[in-house]
Amino acid sequence: MDIRLENASLSWQHHCVFSGLNLDLPARQWTSILGQSGVGKSSLLQLLCGIADDADVHGRVYCSDGKPLAGRVAWMAQDDLLLPWLSVLDNVLLEARLHQHGRCNAEQRERARYLLAQVGLAQLADARPAQLSGGQRQRVALARTLFQERPLVCMDEPFSALDAINRLKLQDLAAQLLADRTVLMITHDPLEALRLSDRVLVLQGRPARLSAPITPPGDAPRQVSDPAVLSLQGQLLELLAGGRA
Amino acid sequence: MIARMLRPLLITLGLTLLWQCVVWLSAAPPFILPGPLQVLDTLLQQLPLLTRHAAVTLAEILLGLLCGVLLGLASALSLITWGGLRRWLMPVLVVSQAIPVFALAPVLMLWLGYGMASKVAMATLIIYFPVTAACFDGLRRTPTGYLKLARTLGASRRAQLLQIRLPAALPAFASGLRVAASVAPIGAVVGEWVGSSTGLGYLMLNANARMQVDLMFAALLVLALIAVALYFLIDHLARRLTPWQADTLLNPDAGSAGSR
Repeated sequence: MDIRLENASLSWQHHCVFSGLNLDLPARQWTSILGQSGVGKSSLLQLLCGIADDADVHGRVYCSDGKPLAGRVAWMAQDDLLLPWLSVLDNVLLEARLHQHGRCNAEQRERARYLLAQVGLAQLADARPAQLSGGQRQRVALARTLFQERPLVCMDEPFSALDAINRLKLQDLAAQLLADRTVLMITHDPLEALRLSDRVLVLQGRPARLSAPITPPGDAPRQVSDPAVLSLQGQLLELLAGGRA
Repeated sequence: MIARMLRPLLITLGLTLLWQCVVWLSAAPPFILPGPLQVLDTLLQQLPLLTRHAAVTLAEILLGLLCGVLLGLASALSLITWGGLRRWLMPVLVVSQAIPVFALAPVLMLWLGYGMASKVAMATLIIYFPVTAACFDGLRRTPTGYLKLARTLGASRRAQLLQIRLPAALPAFASGLRVAASVAPIGAVVGEWVGSSTGLGYLMLNANARMQVDLMFAALLVLALIAVALYFLIDHLARRLTPWQADTLLNPDAGSAGSR
């Protein structure tokens, strides 16, 4: 299912941040948007998720199957948003619990356990989020996102709170587990975008515009030492730095 | 562990010793300030009488606590569910607190009689506001991230309230409960002072009038014991209610769990 966002506009305190913005998300591809803070990346993403209530953001969303997008997007934020009063397993099951008055059936439980095993946390299913490290918590958030089985996954700087090694590990895991989904990722980190994405867009300027997509060669996750990735990273950094001047 | 068990005992012993020292130093006659031993003696001798009156006071406190907490919880939930209600109910709540409960006691006595009902009403009234305020605050301050996540998960408003807002408000509710537990005895005893024929407050007034100061002190001691026991019971309950709230005071590492 291709998704197209048309004529998106965002204003902040009566100033136009962007307007007339079009964004295409081709089916089963990983699209990343890079940009500096305050350029409206997160608002754009929350518009697609239907939760952009603190920003004055508008736009029309079209899906290639003609149905509305609402209810078909999974959201993963920088903050893992694990509910501290639920166990790790119940956090993964959150969607089922919210729809079934806090209960879930054996089949759903089985699937949640399987997803926890996939992110390497099978043995911590009964722990509470407070007992987990930052990396582990974000893994649980990833499992919760996967549990939803939504066609579009929107990620808002999902790994930016992690240390370098954990970040690389989680990027590999996400690339592997989200391979067949349509993904939109917002990030600050050019290397992250280049490792994972099929298409990298840069949002910058005033009012902000989306650049033409950069398509890194090869399959994700790409190696950090891949020369193509490194040279593209250099270009992207120059582009981002140029936008600030 | 042993130190934790011993500490309350040592504190009690120290306070008793202090009390005895004041008696010795001031050389006050026993009808002004009786010593701890004399009070203990009276306590044991008058145990049936004290137990009978204590049971009444305890019942008033517990009933008041129950009514106050339920009423407060219901008010907080209504305030959060119907936003328009807040503008009407909040001023009423504040006014209800501006009138001192002590001043209302005679009126309540007049309306509800000298029996238990007026004392339960006093305790309820004194508890109602702190519980409502704590619960309402807790319900209002749900992290927006949790609510946004629930919305992307397609949760109904009801599911958001019951499964996100309510559990997120439990720590605040627990502190409201603690405050309620510590003020509930005040309501009951004030009610008894103003007019009653049973209860520890009545017994104290009565003993005071008859210069039975040792009995008065014994009643006071029992009242203090009830209040302290109630507080610790509620505190324990509140902890059981919010097991994910690690005690950061006892465990200096708990705060850094996220970055371990």
